[in-house]
Amino acid sequence: MRRGRNTIRIGAGAGFSGDRIEPALELVEQGDLDFLVFECLAERTIALAQDARRRDSSTGYDPLLIERMRRVLPAAHQRGVRIVTNAGAANPLGAAQAVAGLARDLGLASIRIAAVLGDDVLDIITATPFALVDRSGSTTDLAGIVSANAYLGAAPIVDALAAGADVVITGRVGDPALFVGPLAHAFGWRLDDAELIGRATVIGHLLECAGQLTGGYFADGYRTQVEGLARLGFPLAEVDADAGAVLTKVRGSGGRLGIASCKEQLLYEILDPAAYHQAEVIADFTDVRFTEIGADRIRVSGGSGRARSGLLKVSIGYDDGFIGEGQISYAGSGAAARGQLAIDIVRERLKIIGAAVHEVRGELIGVDSVSRVTQRGGDPREVRVRIAARAADARAAVTIGTEVEALYTNGPAGGGGVTRGVRPVVAVASALIPADLVKARFEIVEA
Amino acid sequence: MRLGDIAHARAGDKGDISQISVIAHDPADYPRLAASVTVGQIARHFVDLPAEAIDRYELPALGALSFVLHGALDGGVTRSLALDIHGKTLSSQLLDLEIDDGCTP
Repeated sequence: MRRGRNTIRIGAGAGFSGDRIEPALELVEQGDLDFLVFECLAERTIALAQDARRRDSSTGYDPLLIERMRRVLPAAHQRGVRIVTNAGAANPLGAAQAVAGLARDLGLASIRIAAVLGDDVLDIITATPFALVDRSGSTTDLAGIVSANAYLGAAPIVDALAAGADVVITGRVGDPALFVGPLAHAFGWRLDDAELIGRATVIGHLLECAGQLTGGYFADGYRTQVEGLARLGFPLAEVDADAGAVLTKVRGSGGRLGIASCKEQLLYEILDPAAYHQAEVIADFTDVRFTEIGADRIRVSGGSGRARSGLLKVSIGYDDGFIGEGQISYAGSGAAARGQLAIDIVRERLKIIGAAVHEVRGELIGVDSVSRVTQRGGDPREVRVRIAARAADARAAVTIGTEVEALYTNGPAGGGGVTRGVRPVVAVASALIPADLVKARFEIVEA
Repeated sequence: MRLGDIAHARAGDKGDISQISVIAHDPADYPRLAASVTVGQIARHFVDLPAEAIDRYELPALGALSFVLHGALDGGVTRSLALDIHGKTLSSQLLDLEIDDGCTP
C-alpha cells in the first residue's frame, strides 16, 4: 500500500495469452498501481505448453511473456508496481529465469522473480486412480496423458510476495487467485476467512478477463454503443481492507466500465453462481451488487463465501488424435446449393477411398457453421464450405484437405480459395484430488 | 419482440459446458425476462445444439438469468470439430429468441 492511502490498486494487464500489450503499459504508467496481473493461461494452454517442453526443456511457458515483460517491466520497476502472472504455464521456473535474463539485458537492477511450483500433479494422478468429473472412468484409464495440473490457490502467491518478489510467475492457479494473492498479502488477510476471501474472489473474477469488463465485448455496434474500442482500456480495482472495491480504468482510455458489462463478467464461466469453487473458498456471487458512482467508476458490494471443499480441480491434457480440415468458397446464384453438393461429394469420396477418418462434419460458413438455431432461409451471395473430421493419425487427417482441394478441378462449378490443415488434438479431462496431496511452493530467481 | 430488445447476453465455456447469461438492460424488465426464457425455450431455440441437460439460475438482484448447457460444445474447446469451439456466438443467437411483447390487450 502506498503512503497516505488505505486502498490497494490492482490492474488487469491481460485477459488471455494473446492479449494486447499497450493497455497494460497504460495501466502501469497512468493507473497508479500497486499490482498488475497478467492472466495468460486458458484451459488447454498448459497441455500444449507441456507438449512444447517435452521437445525443448527450456520452453513450456507463454511464448508472449518475454515480449510482454520487455514492454512493461521497466515502467513497472520504476514505479514499484509488482507483477503477478500465470504465464509460467508448464515451466514457471524456466519463465522466471528467462525474465531474470531479460531484466539483466534491460539493465534493471536487483529484481526478485518468484516461480510458483507444485501445480504439476502428473505423478499423483497416474499413480492413483481418481474419478474423472466430466465423464465415466478414472485418471489411470486415460491414455496418452501429457500434463496434469492442479488449480492452486492464492497461498503460494502470498508467500512469494512476502519473500519480496517483484514478479510472481505461476503455472496453473485459479484465475481469481492471481488477484486474491496480492490483496491478501497487502492487507494481511487470512485465506481461511471465507466471507472475506469470497468477496475478494468476486473482485478477482471481475478483473481476470481484462477488456471483457471495460465494454469492448459488450458493444454490438447498434444496440449497445461503446466508444474507443481500438484503444480499449483495461480495468483496475481500488480495493479496501474489507474487500470492498471500486472498479475503474485509466481516464481517457477507450471503452466504458459500466454496470452491464460488470454483470456479464460476474456470471461469466462460473457455473453455479452460489458455489464458485476455488482452492481456498467456495464463493457465492448471488448477492453481489453494482452501483455507478461516477464516470467509469462502479462500486462492487456483496459477495460471500463458505469453507473450501478440500478438493482441488485438476486439468489433465491427453493426446487425442488429429483433426483434418479443408475449406472452399462458392459465390453467385445457387452458391449454397453448390456448397452442399461439395460436402456430399467429399463425404462420398472419403468412403470410396476408405479414409480412416471419423465424425466428418460438413457445414456452410455463412449459413450453418456457427448458427445453432433454425435457419430463416434466403439465398446467400457466397458461402464457404468447411469440412472437418477426426483421425487417429496425421496421414489420415490430411485426406480431408486433399479431397477438398480436389474439388478445384472436379467440381462443383466455381469453387475457389481452398485452405487446408491438420492439427494435433490435446484434449482436456478433469478430476478432483485431495488438496493435501498438493504441495505448493515457490523459488526465487534474482535478476 | 426479440429477447435482444430488452436484454444483453454473454456466453462462456467450461469444458463441454456452455454457460449463457441473459441480463435485462432495465432491471424493471427482469420479471418479464424470468417469465419469458425457460429451459424449454432454450432447448427449442437451439435446435441444433446437443445439450444433454440445461440448468437455469435466477439472479433477481442482478436482473439476470444464467443457463448452463451440459454437453453442448462438441467435447469442448480442446477437441471440438466446430468452427466456434467456445460457443461464443451463442449469446447473440439467444438474443434472437422471440418473446411475448408483454402488451395486454
